[in-house]
Amino acid sequence: MNRILRYGLQAFYYTLFMVVVWYFSFKPSYHQLAENQAVITLSFTHATKLREACRKLSQQELMKLAPNMRLATDCPRERSPMQLELYLDDKLLTKATVEPTGFHKDQGVNIFQRIKVVAGKHSLRLWMNDNINIKGPTYRYEQNIILKPEQQLLIDFDAGSGGFFTS
Amino acid sequence: MSFINPLKRFFLAIEAWFNIAFGSEWNPLYNIGRLAFFFFWVVFISGLYLFVFFDTSLSGAYASVESITHEQWYAGGVMRSLHRYASDAAVVTIVLHMFREFALGRYNGFRWFSWVTGVPTLWIVITLGITGYWLVWDEMGLYVAMLSSQLIDALPLISGSMSRNFVGHQMSDRFFTLMAFLHLLGQPLFLIAALWLHVKRLSLVKIIAPKGLAIGSFIALLALSLASPAVSHKVADAAQVPEILSLDWFYLNVYPLMDYFTAGQTWIITLSITIFLMLLPWLPPKKREAAAEVHLNYCNGCEQCAEDCPYDAITVQDRTDGAKFAHEVKVNPDLCASCGICVGSCPSSNPFRQKNEVLVTGIDMPQMPINDIRTHMDEAIAKLKGNGKIIVLGCDNALDISQYEAANIQVISLFCIGMMPATLVEYALANGADGVFVTGCRTNDCYYRYGNVWMDKRFEGSRQPILRRRADRSHIKVFRASVNDKAILLRELTEFQRHINTLDGKKEKTVSEVESEFESGHE
Repeated sequence: MNRILRYGLQAFYYTLFMVVVWYFSFKPSYHQLAENQAVITLSFTHATKLREACRKLSQQELMKLAPNMRLATDCPRERSPMQLELYLDDKLLTKATVEPTGFHKDQGVNIFQRIKVVAGKHSLRLWMNDNINIKGPTYRYEQNIILKPEQQLLIDFDAGSGGFFTS
Repeated sequence: MSFINPLKRFFLAIEAWFNIAFGSEWNPLYNIGRLAFFFFWVVFISGLYLFVFFDTSLSGAYASVESITHEQWYAGGVMRSLHRYASDAAVVTIVLHMFREFALGRYNGFRWFSWVTGVPTLWIVITLGITGYWLVWDEMGLYVAMLSSQLIDALPLISGSMSRNFVGHQMSDRFFTLMAFLHLLGQPLFLIAALWLHVKRLSLVKIIAPKGLAIGSFIALLALSLASPAVSHKVADAAQVPEILSLDWFYLNVYPLMDYFTAGQTWIITLSITIFLMLLPWLPPKKREAAAEVHLNYCNGCEQCAEDCPYDAITVQDRTDGAKFAHEVKVNPDLCASCGICVGSCPSSNPFRQKNEVLVTGIDMPQMPINDIRTHMDEAIAKLKGNGKIIVLGCDNALDISQYEAANIQVISLFCIGMMPATLVEYALANGADGVFVTGCRTNDCYYRYGNVWMDKRFEGSRQPILRRRADRSHIKVFRASVNDKAILLRELTEFQRHINTLDGKKEKTVSEVESEFESGHE
C-alpha cells in the first residue's frame, strides 16, 4: 500500500484512539446534584452509654475467680446502640440505629450519611438516644436553616459541648 | 465446520484493518500489552517531573498543581496532561488486552495464571489513578477522597470513621502525605510486583513497544495534551458539593454507583465482577493436553527446545543417564502449553532419520508423536493425484485447512506451525509433493506466541534446526491466515498451484482453471 496512505490511516486510528481517551477522561459530565440541591451530611462519632451499670460481686462470686482476678465490681464493656431520627420540615429524612464498633461493642458509634435536599429555607429537627436504659431522646436539636445550592451542611455532635451542632 | 465466536471474528477483522495501516510488526492489537507498558513509562517519566514541583502538603497541593499547569504550561502543563492521558490510555489498552485475550480464547487452560493475575493488576492500576486524583485536592479530589473513605469505612477494618476526615476542617496534613506516599511509591511497587507475576509464566517477554508504535502513540498523546490540556476543578472546599463534575470514567466509574447502592453493596458488586472475571478460565474448564516428553536416548542436550519454549516449561539440567553429553532437558508439565514447538526445535525430529523404523525424537508430544506426523505425510503424499500436487501444512488454531483438501491437495494440521521440523518441508518435496504451502496463525499473532516466528527463522536459516538450502524455495510458499481469511487463503493457494504448474514446465493454467479443478476435487 502507498506509504502516505498508510501513514494517513495510522493517523486516523491514532486520532480515533485519542478521541476515545479524551472523551471518557471528561465526559459525560457527572451530575452529583440536581439543580438547586444542597447536601446535609450527618457525621459524628460518639461513645454511647454503657448497656449495664457496674455491679458489686458477691463473696461467693469472688471466690470462684482466680485470686488475681478478684475485682470487687464487674463493669460490662458493651455500649448502647444509638438511635437517631432526622426531620426536615417535619418530614423524616433519615432514621438510623447504629451499633457500637469493636469486637465487644465497647467502642463509639460512627455515623456518616449524606442526604441530598432542595436548597432553601428549612426547619431542621433531630433527636438521638444513646442510652438503652432510657426511653425516648437523650439529645435533641432544632434549628431553622437556609441552604444555598451546592452547600454542604454538616451536622456534628460533641457530648462535651452539649450535643449537636451544625457548621 | 466448527462454531467461531463472533467476538473473535470481530477482533480478527479489526486486526486485519490494522495490518493494512500498521503492518503486523506495529499492529497495536498484536502489541497491546507492550503498548500498556509504554503508557506506564510515559506516566512514570511525566510523574517524576511533576513530583519535583508538587507540594505534598494539604495546604500546598492544589496551588502547586495550578502553578505546574498554568505558570509552566509548556513543560509542567504538558507533563500533567501526558500523565493523565497516558494513564487513561493505559486503562484502555489493559481493558482491550483483556477483551482480546478472552475473544481469541487465550485466557484458559495453561494460560489461567496470566489471566488470574491480570485481573487484580487492573484494579491496582485503577486505585493508583484514584490516589492520583486525590492528590490534586480540587473538588474532584475531595469527591474521590470522600467516596473512597465511605468504601473503606464499609469494610470491617477500622473502628473509626475515615469519611469524617473530609467534612468540616478535620483533615490533617499527615493523612494527605500518606496518600502522596501511596501514589508515588507504595502503589507503583505493588503494580510492578503484579506485572512481574502476570508475565512470570512466559519466556522471552517483550515489554518495550515497537519503535514505530511508540513514536506514533507518543505523538498522539502529545497532540492531545496540547489540544486539550488537563486542568483542575476548583479548590476542594468541604462546605461545598459541586453540582457537576468532569469525572474521569476510566478510573472513577465505581463512585457514581454509590448514588444507587450503599458502600457495602458497591463492594459486593465490584468484588463479584472481579471474582467472576478471575473464575472465567474454569467456566467451563479447558481440557489440558498431555505435556511434552523427553526421550533422553535421542536428546544431545543442545538446549534449543529450552530456548524456543514460549512458556518457560523446559529447563536444562546436568545429564542423569550417564551419556557423554553435559546436559539434558526436563519438562515441567504444569507449565507446558502442549504446543509442540519443542518438537520443531529438536534436531532429532528430522524426518529423514530412521527412515525404515519408528522415528523417535529428543522431545515429543505423546498425543501426536513425530513418527505419526511423518506417517501422515507419507500417506498424504501417496494420496496426491493430478498436476500441482501440494501439501498444505497448518495449525489447529488458525484457519481450518481441512476444507481445502482435494485430489491434488492434502493437508496436515499441527498443534502449532512451530511444531513442524523445517526439514519436514524438504521431506515432502523429496518424496513426491510438487509444492508445500505453509500456513498458520497470522504473522506476529501466533496462538502460542513464537511458533511462526521460530518457523520463519528456521526457514531463513537464522535459527536451528534450519531448512536446508537444498530445499527449493520456489516450491515453498508461506501464507498465514486466520479463520476470517478463508477466501484469501483459497486465492493464495490457487495462485501457488498455478505457479507450481508453471515451474514444472506443465501447461500454464489460468487461475479459473485451477479453481475449477480445486472445486471438482471437492465434489
